[in-house]
Amino acid sequence: MKRGFIWVVGALVLVALLAAGPILSKYQTGLLTQVLIFGIFAMSLDLLVGYTGLQSLGHAAYFGMSAYTIGIVSKRLTDNFWLDSAAGLIAAIVTAAIFGVLALRTSGAYFLMATMALAQVLWGIAYRWRSVTGGDDGLPGISRPDLGLSNFSLWDTTNFYYFSLALMLLTLGALNVIVRSPFGYALQGIRESESRMRSLGYNTWWYKYAAFVLAGAFAGVAGLLFVYYNSFVDPTELSVVLSAEALLMVILGGPGTLFGPLLGAGAIVFLRNIVSGLTDRWLLILGSVYILVVLFAPRGIVGEVQSWMNRRPRATPEG
Amino acid sequence: MAFWFEQTLNGISYGMLLFLLAAGLSLITGLMGIVNLAQGSFYLVAAYVGLAVINRTQNFFLAIIIGAAVVAVLGAIMQRFFLHRFYKNDLAQVLMTFGFLFVFQDLSLLIWGGSPYLLPAPTFLEQSVRFGDIIYPSYRLFLILMGLIVAGALWWFQERTKIGAIIRAGVDDEEMLRGLGVNVPLLFTAVFALGAALAGMSGVLGGPFIGVFPGADLQVLLLGFVVLIVGGLGSLRGAFVGALVVGLLDNFGKALFPELALFTIFAPMALILAIRPTGLFGRAL
Repeated sequence: MKRGFIWVVGALVLVALLAAGPILSKYQTGLLTQVLIFGIFAMSLDLLVGYTGLQSLGHAAYFGMSAYTIGIVSKRLTDNFWLDSAAGLIAAIVTAAIFGVLALRTSGAYFLMATMALAQVLWGIAYRWRSVTGGDDGLPGISRPDLGLSNFSLWDTTNFYYFSLALMLLTLGALNVIVRSPFGYALQGIRESESRMRSLGYNTWWYKYAAFVLAGAFAGVAGLLFVYYNSFVDPTELSVVLSAEALLMVILGGPGTLFGPLLGAGAIVFLRNIVSGLTDRWLLILGSVYILVVLFAPRGIVGEVQSWMNRRPRATPEG
Repeated sequence: MAFWFEQTLNGISYGMLLFLLAAGLSLITGLMGIVNLAQGSFYLVAAYVGLAVINRTQNFFLAIIIGAAVVAVLGAIMQRFFLHRFYKNDLAQVLMTFGFLFVFQDLSLLIWGGSPYLLPAPTFLEQSVRFGDIIYPSYRLFLILMGLIVAGALWWFQERTKIGAIIRAGVDDEEMLRGLGVNVPLLFTAVFALGAALAGMSGVLGGPFIGVFPGADLQVLLLGFVVLIVGGLGSLRGAFVGALVVGLLDNFGKALFPELALFTIFAPMALILAIRPTGLFGRAL
């Protein structure tokens, strides 16, 4: 019954997303596109945080590396979408591969500090290396890719929206397959008790590493969409604030549910949009939401809904 | 020759500031198991408060005391009423400190604005000292002295007092400590406040040297993390050695390769993570 309920909701949301394109205004479509982009980002982090239990505070590193690489390559080397995207994704994957080797040498508090510090180092490099990255001015004027399809230009807001939607659904599908596979269940086992998994004979380091790199790869997909959507990239895409927003999306939505972080992304993107229209104090609101969510909804929206549904007393005893 | 001398002293004095911040962080993480992401915020707020005190009273040492006291109180409130609710849930507490990081950052921007400030140093420290041909600002020598004094005081406190022994015991085995009848919640609040006060001292002392500006909180937090990754958590010696290493590397990096300065921070961090993940003197937590 509960499983069915979630599928129904999911199907409704999907239909709504598919139909939204021509209905909404340009501004609204753009907003929804951002939700999709950050949804991918948040879902990628959920694989790490929600399913494997690795609290990474520096996930923006892979998002930003992908965005910057695509920006730099497309402006200096080639216009070819496939080459540029490949470069971006490879950059994200390689960064995750390197950082993963380093960070996974640690656990607990050291892991938190290491993931944050590694991402901050990248941020600092982007900030200072003006000749390559444009420093805090960033890299403007990155053009949207030409997919080579006639009549389908990505410069059109609605077209780009569907492009993002396609990538989001692919990501959701892929991650779904991953978490429901034996690999995915092993990750959840590691989350629950790594020592137990090790005593069962699992090489937990490889599982954690694979999850780390996969999460980085999907973050790279989000970064790709981001840089093309905005035609711009700057150090913010590598910042602690972005990593924090992603983590909040996961926690607010519900860690370990995939769908939850997507909702969380929607909530945060909408909130940020509303707040920036009213005040400059976005960080204050972000911080307060963090505190409030931890205090009152630690399982996130989807988690709290699930546990609420489980709370209803059964009229008859189980079979 | 003069260049190397100056840069070395610069690195050491910067290292002393980092030591104060990192020692506080290490104390909190060692005892309570949580990473206080708002440690940099305590640095920032204390620096701003210190500036306000100096502007009113011209008294630098009063600024240090009040700056440290204000953030100690902030820290105590944060720990007692927010963090302690999630006793044993490390992740929840870390997320809360994350939230507080942004709250403090934005409130500071709101209250004190976005311009960078340099705190005025006490007048008797404003001149420079001569070492033969070399002229060096005496304030930075003062920082080195202060760092050594605080390091010594912390060491004495940790090794030679009863409370220090209680804290050391708590870092080792907190459950046992409770079993021995120590009021652990009170201890936690007190240590958190102490950690915050250390960060606060660092903020005011660093004011005339680095200044205070939006973003200083993250900047020192990052360096504090690198210090503890290199030096190890839960160890005063680790924080001290790590801070000197990071201070010197950061300084030489900025002086020699300004565009790539952060690589010089990245390299030792990566090296330590690869070879000795719990840091030079740290313990696994």
